[in-house]
Amino acid sequence: MSALQKTGMSIFITASVMLISVLFLNQYQLTEQAFMSAVSSDSELKMIARDLAPMKDKTYSFNVNFNKDIEHYLQSSNKEVKSRFSLTNKDINNVLTQFSEQGIKYSTEKISGALDGSEEGKFKVQKLKDYTSWMEGREYSDLASLEEHLKNTKNNINANVINEKGYGDHKIKALKLALTRQSSFGPITENTLLWLLLTIGLGVVGALMYILPKLGLLPGIKNDHIFHSPNSGRGWIGYMVGFLLIGFYVILYWFPEYMTSWMILVDPISLVLNGNEASQWFFYGFLYTLAIGVMGIRMIIKYRHSKYQMIRTYSVIFFQVAFAFLIPEILIRLNKPSMDLKNIWPLNYTFFFDYNIENLTQTGSIGLGMLMWGIILTLIGVPIITYFYGKRWYCSWVCGCGGLAETLGDPYRQLSDKSLKAWKIERWMIHSVLVFVVVMTFGTLYTYFTGSSEIIGISTYDFRSVYGFVIGAAFAGVVGVGFYPFMGSRVWCRFGCPLAAYLGIVQRFKSRFRITTNGAQCISCGNCSTYCEMGIDVRSYAQKGQNIVRASCVGCGVCSSVCPRGVLKLENKDPKGRFGEAILIGNEGVKMKT
Amino acid sequence: MKHVVIIGNGIAGITAARHIRKNSDFNITVISAESEYFWSRTALMYIYMGHMKYEHTKPYEDWFWKKNRINLVHDYVKAIDTSSKKLLFDQNKPLSYDILILATGAQPNKFGWPGQDLKGVSGMVSLQDLKKIEDHTKNINRGVIIGGGLIGIELAEMLNSRNIPVSFLVRESQFWDNVLPQQEASMISRHIKQHHIDLRLKTELKEILSDDHGYVRAVVTGDGVEIPCQFVGLTAGVHPNIKLVKESTIETNRGILVNEFLETNIPDIYAIGDCAEHKHPPPGRAPVEQVWYTGRIMGETVAQTVSGNKTAYQPGPWFNSAKFFDIEYQTYGRVWNKLKENEAEFYWEHESEQLAMHFVFDKVSKTFLGINSFGIRLRHEFFDQWLKNSVSIDHVLKHLKEANFDPEFFKSYEEDIISAYKADYPDSKVSIKRKKVLGIF
Repeated sequence: MSALQKTGMSIFITASVMLISVLFLNQYQLTEQAFMSAVSSDSELKMIARDLAPMKDKTYSFNVNFNKDIEHYLQSSNKEVKSRFSLTNKDINNVLTQFSEQGIKYSTEKISGALDGSEEGKFKVQKLKDYTSWMEGREYSDLASLEEHLKNTKNNINANVINEKGYGDHKIKALKLALTRQSSFGPITENTLLWLLLTIGLGVVGALMYILPKLGLLPGIKNDHIFHSPNSGRGWIGYMVGFLLIGFYVILYWFPEYMTSWMILVDPISLVLNGNEASQWFFYGFLYTLAIGVMGIRMIIKYRHSKYQMIRTYSVIFFQVAFAFLIPEILIRLNKPSMDLKNIWPLNYTFFFDYNIENLTQTGSIGLGMLMWGIILTLIGVPIITYFYGKRWYCSWVCGCGGLAETLGDPYRQLSDKSLKAWKIERWMIHSVLVFVVVMTFGTLYTYFTGSSEIIGISTYDFRSVYGFVIGAAFAGVVGVGFYPFMGSRVWCRFGCPLAAYLGIVQRFKSRFRITTNGAQCISCGNCSTYCEMGIDVRSYAQKGQNIVRASCVGCGVCSSVCPRGVLKLENKDPKGRFGEAILIGNEGVKMKT
Repeated sequence: MKHVVIIGNGIAGITAARHIRKNSDFNITVISAESEYFWSRTALMYIYMGHMKYEHTKPYEDWFWKKNRINLVHDYVKAIDTSSKKLLFDQNKPLSYDILILATGAQPNKFGWPGQDLKGVSGMVSLQDLKKIEDHTKNINRGVIIGGGLIGIELAEMLNSRNIPVSFLVRESQFWDNVLPQQEASMISRHIKQHHIDLRLKTELKEILSDDHGYVRAVVTGDGVEIPCQFVGLTAGVHPNIKLVKESTIETNRGILVNEFLETNIPDIYAIGDCAEHKHPPPGRAPVEQVWYTGRIMGETVAQTVSGNKTAYQPGPWFNSAKFFDIEYQTYGRVWNKLKENEAEFYWEHESEQLAMHFVFDKVSKTFLGINSFGIRLRHEFFDQWLKNSVSIDHVLKHLKEANFDPEFFKSYEEDIISAYKADYPDSKVSIKRKKVLGIF
């Protein structure tokens, strides 16, 4: 490592530490202004201002305490709401007194007079009427059986009191984020640009100072010390990077209220691009794009002897910058529905969700066009393009997850498990996710078109939330990227991505793509298998002289690049004879299949 | 059921074991003193350089052997008792065999240099060598490599990866010019120097000097120059490892002598791979050929014979490959370092000095005889067919583009090559075929 590179690495680490410390620099004060910006509805504002009055204008040095107090005050308000608005046994008894002892015919009319005319009484009466409308005219032999029905109803009503009159879990989450974001003040808010430069800006500079001097090395495969490095060889740096990434994703998905300073940091960029303050997703998208860009430069330098790798890396950088980042932001600025046009269902699992369909169908021809585009890509684009080029056209040239894996993930690609066992697990897992997403999507569409929220007793909404949590966030994000330094760069693509599964089925059974092996030149050295990020044991095919046709191959081409004997080539050819016979040439005495 | 015992778990021995398993129900035992499992010797350098770990070099997972009923014995064979068909071990109890296949490989050459057994002197063939190299190249100021062949350049690359200055002593006037023609040997020599290797051509080793503790302290070259160093790599070729059979009744010369069926003079004993010497080598082939591919082909062949389908060793047209730092090398057919009487040549080198092609063909009949390709990958299948069918040099050039095996988007040089060829041989009528034919022929 040259002095310049050492300096670069030190700058990068300093910038990273500063980026983390940014989270602790601002203070928090719930001002009138903060309330106004965080809550849009007037009635809500009144209620929240009342409930959080004790916090008003108090200064908090720590985000954690601030959110603890929000939680505390909103929950105590919830407690009060519960005691005020929950139906009691006494209320039920009051209702029962409206009915005669025997030969009861239920009527919601009778409830009106049962409770008092206070706010609480009116709410309870309304709820009871709503919940018992189905009992209208029903006959009961005695009061006891009516009582039993009403008590069950009572429990159902009470379970929802908080969501209606107080603060449900989702609301608390949203409020915490909005209030923290708007209450934040201090150095980051005052000198946003300066801090942006000191953290992310300096990080990019440091990284480039580390990366660019590699141009001084002669072009060629540069894998020296990959397994000696404590970073790329699953050592202590790798573990640290992994845990930091996991921590980042946990905060991003589940505790965004703790990363408001980061959002403030990129506000200037967000304001320029889409005219709004930055959300956690904007920050994530920005950082993600930068990572692909900077590490993409690294990839291009590392493989500058291979035009295939260079062009492929330009492609992933382009699709990330333009399609995943800029175009959606500009669409927001233009007040159009925003969409990453290359994010295809089922990877984009929310594409057929009611809110997305509504959003797209209600925004004129542009929205309808996007809806059509998405459907055409899924149903026609994927099979046709995959037929011609294999799944690489997407996974290692276009996809954002793939883009990150091929750039930021490249130093870790060799950590994928090549065992037969891993392959078995992979096939079960990825196809299960595919089945899951298909069932979920059909359920969602069923609900959308019929209005019925249940299929054979299972709520389609539950299906969605389980998928979103387990697959969308935990698997794709936390494991998908967080596990780079443990299990290689393609954990998500290999074990979890439903689109990869779909593309893979097409690639395996109907495609012109394959990796061909060159006669009998293989020396079984194992570079190809080692550097396969998808964990394909490439060597096991190459040493038999057999074409590699595998559902999981993303066509990154690194096996071909690292092969010291020129044995592997990615090719699109006539599908006939694609699987080929496993024959090694060079032996005239023995003609046999290996 | 017959018991087939194979001594040596390199590519030759393991290929034999695998193919005997495919073709028979015999008991199979593979013995190795070097390693418990088959690993790829060609990857030795990559372990040292950190491209791979040892476990990545194993072409088959550990469960493979049990599943395929191939017994592995990790022990050293002390002696072969050919009369009672028994093997004597260092540790294990004696083992009886019905058929014995010797695949004991090769050992680094040592030419009786003074100091050749000092601490810090090592060859580079086995896992044990790797361990030695690893131990003796820690915190050193310079390593010296003796002998400019394929192993020597690998060792130079290895030490280079750890920023250890390397002096590379090569007896020839250019690197590997006892195999490569001058043009290529010179190009590779320049490439070696580009990597900051202190390449000393026409330089021989006189002796290796010791310090007070029996460690290497310097080498002295043939012209009396002393090069201080703490490690010496002996890579002046390898010779068949016949130590084990020397004491037995099995006939040897440089290697274990075998006929065309890979049989030794003793019935039911065969020898394959680097340790074997062919009494009657196939036409145009050397008696001892120590490359990966011939080891594999001998393994395939002997497996046929052992399984009851008696088969002669009959390798196809010669091919080989290597990588010199960043320059890949493939060869098909024969390109000798000096043109033979009947041969004509055509050499093309790119201005980058990283790409070259050397064609050899018959002066009169124009039959294509061989090609060396540097930095451009070629399809083995095409050249195998062309060599077997004795096509003309014009045919090869005309179809050169189809035979290209470089990755997509790589710049193609066929037009340059063909116009250079036409400048050298104005009578030729080769034109560039524009349309790419996807089928082979």
